[in-house]
Amino acid sequence: MTIPKLPLGEAIEAAIDFLTENFSFITKAVSNVVENANEVLVENLEKIPPMVLILLIALLAWRLAGRRIALFSVAGLALIWNLGLWGATMATISLVIAATLVAISLGIPIGIASALFPLVNRIVLPILDLMQTMPAFVYLIPAIPFFGLGPVSAVFSTVIFAMPPAIRLTDLGIRQVPKELIEAADAFGSSRLQKLLKVQLPLARPTIMAGVNQTIMLSLSMVVIAAMIGAGGLGSEVWKAIQRFKPGMGFEAGLAVVIIAIIFDRITQKITHQGKTH
Amino acid sequence: MEKIKVEKLGKVFGKPSRQVLSLLDQGWNRERLAKEKGFALGLWDVSFTVEEGEVLVVMGLSGSGKSTLIRCLNRLIEPTAGSILIDGTDVRGLNEAQLREFRQTRFGMVFQRFALFPHRTVIQNVAYGLEIHGESKDTCRKKAEDALALVGLKGWEDNYPDQLSGGMQQRVGLARALAIDPGILLMDEAFSALDPLIRKEMQEELLQLQSRVGKTIVFITHDLDEALKLGDKIIILKDGRLVQQGTPEEILTNPADDYVEKFVEDVDMSKVLTASSIMKKAYSITWPKDGPKTALREMEEVGISSIFVVDRKRLLLGIVNADDASELIRKGISDLKEILKEPSRVTPDTSLTELFALESFPAAVVDESGVLKGAIVRGNIIAGLNRER
Ligand SMILES: Nc1ncnc2c1ncn2[C@@H]1O[C@H](COP(=O)(O)OP(=O)(O)OP(=O)(O)O)[C@@H](O)[C@H]1O
Ligand SMILES: [Mg+2]
Repeated sequence: MTIPKLPLGEAIEAAIDFLTENFSFITKAVSNVVENANEVLVENLEKIPPMVLILLIALLAWRLAGRRIALFSVAGLALIWNLGLWGATMATISLVIAATLVAISLGIPIGIASALFPLVNRIVLPILDLMQTMPAFVYLIPAIPFFGLGPVSAVFSTVIFAMPPAIRLTDLGIRQVPKELIEAADAFGSSRLQKLLKVQLPLARPTIMAGVNQTIMLSLSMVVIAAMIGAGGLGSEVWKAIQRFKPGMGFEAGLAVVIIAIIFDRITQKITHQGKTH
Repeated sequence: MEKIKVEKLGKVFGKPSRQVLSLLDQGWNRERLAKEKGFALGLWDVSFTVEEGEVLVVMGLSGSGKSTLIRCLNRLIEPTAGSILIDGTDVRGLNEAQLREFRQTRFGMVFQRFALFPHRTVIQNVAYGLEIHGESKDTCRKKAEDALALVGLKGWEDNYPDQLSGGMQQRVGLARALAIDPGILLMDEAFSALDPLIRKEMQEELLQLQSRVGKTIVFITHDLDEALKLGDKIIILKDGRLVQQGTPEEILTNPADDYVEKFVEDVDMSKVLTASSIMKKAYSITWPKDGPKTALREMEEVGISSIFVVDRKRLLLGIVNADDASELIRKGISDLKEILKEPSRVTPDTSLTELFALESFPAAVVDESGVLKGAIVRGNIIAGLNRER
């Protein structure tokens, strides 16, 4: 006797169908907002002449992370420009920025709630485990019926993929605040909110920033994968190279991804460690 | 007035039933409760009072329930049984908001490992309680500065705690507690993490501070010397129960059981005994009424070779010896001023160790206004060191 296959996949599909049919007004609204925001971002980034933007980024890197990263930024971005990947890079950066903003503005509050309320923690943890072990590609599929092909779906699946570290590290950072400091805060009669704002969050800041850093890195990698559902940007350069079997072209686009990854990473890491001194 | 009144205070960790608690009243000890019922006993049947301005020292071995006791007072640990009255208010009856207000205004707490906020500067740490209470920025700054000055840390306002030595950090901890001007200071082994010299210094300073600000203090320590130095009253806990309470003298001279005896055993008597406990009557004559002849006669009468000279208010003027007095009589002078010498002066709380180091005897024991209280001769000190306990 053969055991029939459980209709798990069918159930999920039915659920997604149901959601798309009945909640399309929400997904449409979200879609519009994200799409517009992303477009505004891309347009503005593209409007700035590359030369000026390179200098701006270098200046930012210099202020936040030091001279070496600033020099690296100038050289790296100039190379990208030279390779003709400027437009694709700007598209990718704006997707990363959009996805990261959404991911941390959801993830940090969820992380706080999870650290403070055991019930939330018990619900959130298994979901995070699931989110982080599920192959990234799978998130691309449900995004399409909700938001159609294009950057909004890309942002959606990127947010899902990149949010877990923001949640986890916020939760961890708050839990790691020494018990005796919590006790001191209590002994002076702090309310929950005062304790959170004056003691827990400031002390958790370096850990939370490490989470933000990871979220950015994951966003970047997911945005590239999301080219498969029409995200555009550097990912689609890689995708084209695969389809036409042009390893050189694929390498160039890959190199551009690495360059912006390094710039993002070093700048956010520096901010993280600055937080650690005080 | 009674500042703190604790009656039958009890804490059992976990959620014990009434029935379990009644076992404690039947005399079950911590070990039996843990083994047979699986509950951890923190405290049981602890009653004491602390008067306004008094320093209560809580002693006991590790795990005896000292920290539990001090945390029950401000309900950082929720008591299981008994009552706590602070200024007549039942602390256990306060709701959450009232409790917060109570903590913001009545209790200043100082912690063993300082528990300073590393992300706040010294002044921000000190102002923490004021900030929480909703004081204006200016008031916070002003009161925090005053508190810092009180502990001698003026000029360190903008440093971070990790830039300070241990002793200085604990001063910040003390200032943070004092800044809210609480009636009560709760100090849980506040000086235990400091090295011995700094610790001594902090004890002295706490006493000085206490004489100025007059707080009611509950002070936990392992160290009997510290307890004797600071405490007006000492309570001793053992396995969560109170085994003895009394003045330092009472506990030293009359330990309730072996457990207390163990604590008392190691006391260095030379540090505990003070000038006031070994001094003898000081023989004296009054200037300008008495002259050299009276002086000589007095000395002969009691068999001594020198005598203190005081004025009509018993303020110590000096000391004269028999040889000088005879010389004066031979010269026909009657004013003792000529031969007045300065004796060693000590205060009633000078320790035996310090007395031992004096060079000339007899030494005069005078109070802070200079009134002669007694005399120390070398024989007293030796006798004091050998005193039976
Ligand atoms: N949250 C808790 N749950 C269970 N048992 C506890 C808890 N807190 C304290 N205890 C127990 O209560 C007893 C008293 O602890 P407490 O911390 O008051 O001792 P202490 O006298 O301050 O000791 P020390 O000198 O080591 O600081 C100990 O046996 C301890 O294990
Ligand atoms: Mg303790």
